[in-house]
Amino acid sequence: MNILSFILIVFASLFFSGIIIRTKSIFSGRKGPGIFQPLKDIWRLFRKGAVYSKTSSFIFQIAPSIYFASVLMAICFIPFGNQPGIISFKGDFIFFAYVLALGKFFIIISALDTGSSFSGMGASREALYSLLVEPAFFILMGSFALLTGHTSFFEIFSSLHFGSHISYAIGILAAFVFVIIALIENSRMPMDDPKTHLELTMIHEVMILDNSGFDLGLLLSATHLKFAMYGALIANFFLTPNYEWYYSIPIFISSQILFAIVIGTIESFMARFRMNHNPQYIFMLTSISLLIYLGVLLILGKIV
Amino acid sequence: MSIIVSIIIVTILLTLLITLVKEEWKGNVALITVMINVALSSCLAIPALQGHLFEHFFYGGLVFGNITIRIDALSGWFILLMNFTAFTSILYGRSYMEHYKNQSANLSMHFISFVINHFAMIGIYCLQNSFAFLCVWEIMAITSFLLIIFEHHKIQTLKAGINYLIQSHISIMFMTVGFIWVNSFTGSFDFNAITKYSSSVSPAVSFVLFLFFFIGFAIKSGFVPFHTWLPYAHPAAPAHVSGMMSGVLIKLGIYGILRILLLIKGDYLVMGYFILTISVITGVYGVILAIIQHNIKKLLAYHSIENIGIIGIGIGIGCVGLGLNNDYLAFAGFAGAMLHTLNHSLFKSLLFYVSGTIYQATNTMDIERLGGLIKKMPQTATLFLIAALAICGLPPFNGFISEFLIYSGLFKGISGGELTATAFLVSSIFGMVIIGGMAMLCFTKAFGIIFIGNERHLLPTTVQEPEFGKLFPKYLIATLIIFIGVIPQFFVSIVSEPAGLFIGGAISKTQPMEFIDTLQSVSIAVVVFILLSLTVFWIKKMTTKSVEILIKPTWNCGYVAPTARLQYTANSFVRSFRKLIHPMLMMNKKEGVIKGVFPKTIYSETHPYDRIELVLIDIPLLYLKGFIGRFKFLQNGNSQFYILYGVLFIFIIITFPLLLNAVIYVIELIKQI
Repeated sequence: MNILSFILIVFASLFFSGIIIRTKSIFSGRKGPGIFQPLKDIWRLFRKGAVYSKTSSFIFQIAPSIYFASVLMAICFIPFGNQPGIISFKGDFIFFAYVLALGKFFIIISALDTGSSFSGMGASREALYSLLVEPAFFILMGSFALLTGHTSFFEIFSSLHFGSHISYAIGILAAFVFVIIALIENSRMPMDDPKTHLELTMIHEVMILDNSGFDLGLLLSATHLKFAMYGALIANFFLTPNYEWYYSIPIFISSQILFAIVIGTIESFMARFRMNHNPQYIFMLTSISLLIYLGVLLILGKIV
Repeated sequence: MSIIVSIIIVTILLTLLITLVKEEWKGNVALITVMINVALSSCLAIPALQGHLFEHFFYGGLVFGNITIRIDALSGWFILLMNFTAFTSILYGRSYMEHYKNQSANLSMHFISFVINHFAMIGIYCLQNSFAFLCVWEIMAITSFLLIIFEHHKIQTLKAGINYLIQSHISIMFMTVGFIWVNSFTGSFDFNAITKYSSSVSPAVSFVLFLFFFIGFAIKSGFVPFHTWLPYAHPAAPAHVSGMMSGVLIKLGIYGILRILLLIKGDYLVMGYFILTISVITGVYGVILAIIQHNIKKLLAYHSIENIGIIGIGIGIGCVGLGLNNDYLAFAGFAGAMLHTLNHSLFKSLLFYVSGTIYQATNTMDIERLGGLIKKMPQTATLFLIAALAICGLPPFNGFISEFLIYSGLFKGISGGELTATAFLVSSIFGMVIIGGMAMLCFTKAFGIIFIGNERHLLPTTVQEPEFGKLFPKYLIATLIIFIGVIPQFFVSIVSEPAGLFIGGAISKTQPMEFIDTLQSVSIAVVVFILLSLTVFWIKKMTTKSVEILIKPTWNCGYVAPTARLQYTANSFVRSFRKLIHPMLMMNKKEGVIKGVFPKTIYSETHPYDRIELVLIDIPLLYLKGFIGRFKFLQNGNSQFYILYGVLFIFIIITFPLLLNAVIYVIELIKQI
């Protein structure tokens, strides 16, 4: 069974947000909550009752479950070093992206389901930003498909030999793109401030204003899982297949921790962008992916 | 052969019967006729799809010569997918038309047109004699015009119908030029003459020939910039007709392009790049305009353009694959395109049928006036949701499968090709992804504003779930949508026969196996995902069984008296997107100005318009009108003058050779001097 990566990602998700919060509190000179505080919050939510809006329909009831399931499903595709994910086939990253999009579709319509003007605002932004971020991911994967000649996560990562100097640059650029994608997908800092108190400037938080109890717990844990999932993708750039598990698991864990600290640092030292600057910023990612594509062409000697 | 004769006889006899029976029975007779025709033509199509070529010639008199009826796997596939939508369309249309019971003659006309339209489409897929082909194409064009103008007392409907009629004749003109061109060199009307002719000329010449056919068929299928008739015709027609038009009628163009690609010999790489470019533009432009539409049928019409773009991308990479001798790419492209043709015909017809239900219940197509319908018609809402998810290409529905095929072709093709091919494929990936994302924006808007939230305007109290007769055809389509999404390998193995025609030879047998293996894994992933969602939901139900659930008003940040008008509207939902792509759009805005201390009611209206339509249709028409206006004096209403014009015309025709001789004589004279 190739369930190792699934277990590791779920494990990493447990302390991921805690590390971000801890980093932030250290930088701002506060004592701050413990690393497991987010976990305790979710546990509390799972046992609480819920309030549903009068306006909402069955969409609002099923959406959090589908969102959570979509993230779990996406995690199934992530390989781990010399092991493929639970499910792996040619073009699995297409399924990966589309199943995440399905979850997003449901969370957007469930936000509209409450009939609140605030939720609509968040829904509109979420739909727009996810449309802008998607090309970056696909062009990135396309570049790797060009570089390695394979079209599945596992095959791409396992044949990603760092041959020339340019390929190091490509690896770093790709990791950078994934960090930003993870920040956008989870609505984190320079895009969206999860700790803000003004609904008008929120994206993700304002969509889930009306969720409570078990549903809110699902949504929050999906966010943690998503972080750990992108962390695992980034870690895969550094897990070469010939490593034994006693090397690769520490590498995996330490790159997840590093990723969390990086996010905490970014959030401590950056201000949120103005809302109308966000699209340009997100679209910049696509141009970086195009740079990676050009780099791959250079390596393969197709140009110059 | 006996089957073809019986199709003709059934059509003639039963259309006559439609005129004779009572109003309530007209729909049923039409349904029976279509069902018989569906059954008979499927008898021809199924063996053809399994690879048994059906070929028959009959002598059509001096004019037609030998008429070829040839049904191969490509025709078989299209006949079957057309039959399914024609069947659900008449099944739904029968109950949809009960609304108009008092218009007896109009109903007869409508149902007769429907039956003949279906008959003509079967003909188009079967005939391979260009002259006969053009004839049935013309029948199809005219009957579909009659279908569109069912509500002909509305001036908008008539305008849309005439627009369609003119543009479809421009399309026929291009095809005719292509066929005559081939005929003048080979002297044959058979389709095989195209192969013979194009392999004897240089690739550049055959590309120009291909262009003529492509433009002809592209007008029919709505490729940008030939799409302008589509957003008018679809909203004007009754819902089941729009469903059929969008589902199968515009696919005639796709069939035509595929047929021509199968026949013509030339530089496939150039054709592939050409189709790819135009398709990416079509897809992106279609969905951009779809997002800013607030009339639900117009929105769906623009989505048809978008999906034609996706099908076109499939065809394009198929051609590139042929040009590069990359069988994987070719198979993925053509199979993806053909499967997407089926998929689009399913979810788009479902969406149009649902929009018809909404229209009959609420009497409006403006989505800004709707909202909260999910509580009154939950089944209709769920059906719309399924179709919306499918059209966005999301798993576990059918749209994902065909897009997955096209994507896997694109990604595989990147790693194999040289620089130009890679560049084209990467920009196609970019296009596909952007199209997918924008489709999601559009359908979250459509579903979110129409069905959920609060009612934006007071709806009639009679709004309720339609009776089972109207829901049944929709459920039929929804079942097939899910079926394709969950067991894709079965449908890909069917489509591998027509897609294999393009690749040819023994390779076509091994190539599909690879895809079927991959799709088996996709199918497993889809099932796992469905089970996972159900499990999570079940766990939630179990754990929240004992806790307290409250129903309260929506949280509005402390504000306790929200009205339905405070909700996000369709316009505000897409506002930031509209601002982003502002340069590509034309928004005609009308606003009242605020005047005085106690201003009166003000208004703000935005009317999106199509920039390409302005440049390509409106402005040239304006100049044409100006030019033709100079000859207004000829049209003076005196019948004597008209007879005179006729006589003059005949006189000029007769004396033309003489005049020509005289001119030549004069020229010779001048030369001698």
